[in-house]
Amino acid sequence: MMATKKFMFVNRKAPYGTSYALESLEVVLISAAFDQEVSLAFLDDGVYQITKGQDTTGIAQKNFSKAYKALGDYDINKLYVEEESLSERGLNKDDLMDLVWEDEDEDWAEKPSIIMVNREQLSDVMAEQEVTLSF
Amino acid sequence: MVNEGPYQHQSADSALNFARAVLAQGHEIFRIFFYHDGVNNGTRLSVPPADDRQIQKEWSDLSKEHDLDLVICIAAAQRRGLMDENESKRQGLDADNIIDGFRISGLGQLIEGSIESDRTVVFGD
Amino acid sequence: MAMLHIVNKSPFEKTSFGSCLNHAKAGDSILMIEDASVGAIKNSSFSNQLTSALTDKKVYVLGGDLAARGIDKSRMIDGIEVVDYAGFVDLTVNNETTQSWL
Repeated sequence: MMATKKFMFVNRKAPYGTSYALESLEVVLISAAFDQEVSLAFLDDGVYQITKGQDTTGIAQKNFSKAYKALGDYDINKLYVEEESLSERGLNKDDLMDLVWEDEDEDWAEKPSIIMVNREQLSDVMAEQEVTLSF
Repeated sequence: MVNEGPYQHQSADSALNFARAVLAQGHEIFRIFFYHDGVNNGTRLSVPPADDRQIQKEWSDLSKEHDLDLVICIAAAQRRGLMDENESKRQGLDADNIIDGFRISGLGQLIEGSIESDRTVVFGD
Repeated sequence: MAMLHIVNKSPFEKTSFGSCLNHAKAGDSILMIEDASVGAIKNSSFSNQLTSALTDKKVYVLGGDLAARGIDKSRMIDGIEVVDYAGFVDLTVNNETTQSWL
């Protein structure tokens, strides 16, 4: 039996311009199989990874934004989004995809996976982690 | 974890220097996982100019000397054309190019390594 | 738990260094490697930010990276400590966790 650690995947880069966002998401999905306490942080340009209305038909790349919606099915339901990063970019919470998970303990009630935090709150969450992976 | 390929970015050099210092102090390296363009640290077909460092060979030599587990991510490797003999055959390709001391495996190796190690350090861009 | 924050980007080019300073907690350590080492110099547009981080955090720079970029130790902001790779290893040992600001 492996130990359980607090894993945080830190996303600070926009999707498509580089492969970091896509390949980070691939690790996140794999991590679900290891029964760890997984959370994700979206700050700086990382917030663009979960904006709604992504359309990649003009750039010949696969639109992988829908894969974030599957995270809830893997019990990955702590997606911390930094408020300041959104506002600095002229965005707000309504620009993000509606990401949810179903709570088994409450008759599969749908709950939001996105947790809005300010910079200080995100720093607190980061400080609690045991493994921080950034890409 | 090493996320960048050699020569383009300093992160491979930094990771190599760091790994040497870790070993010199008597610590154990459970695993080094190469992801993204970092998989290019594992090609044996690199021929740098004679007066330049040979990063891939240095990893390979370090691996032999200290029995290191150097793992190249299979998903990233397939995209970038890094193949060991088995994978090359499986894909019906005519060549393989992985250097001694590296092996190809899945992303689970990164998670497992982070669970088993006391510290995880990321080198990248 | 104290964290070692590893930064490798010049503060004059990317926002990573600034973001690191915005999220590091009192008692944490910050290590500048690669291009981030240029942030160690005095009298830059970034030095005030780094100087205020020094009030409750420790700041280190990898000496080899600093020298490679032609910056003499005498030009550094007071309070920054120069380490070698062995010192880098010690920092990862002495802090419970690490985070790289790529």
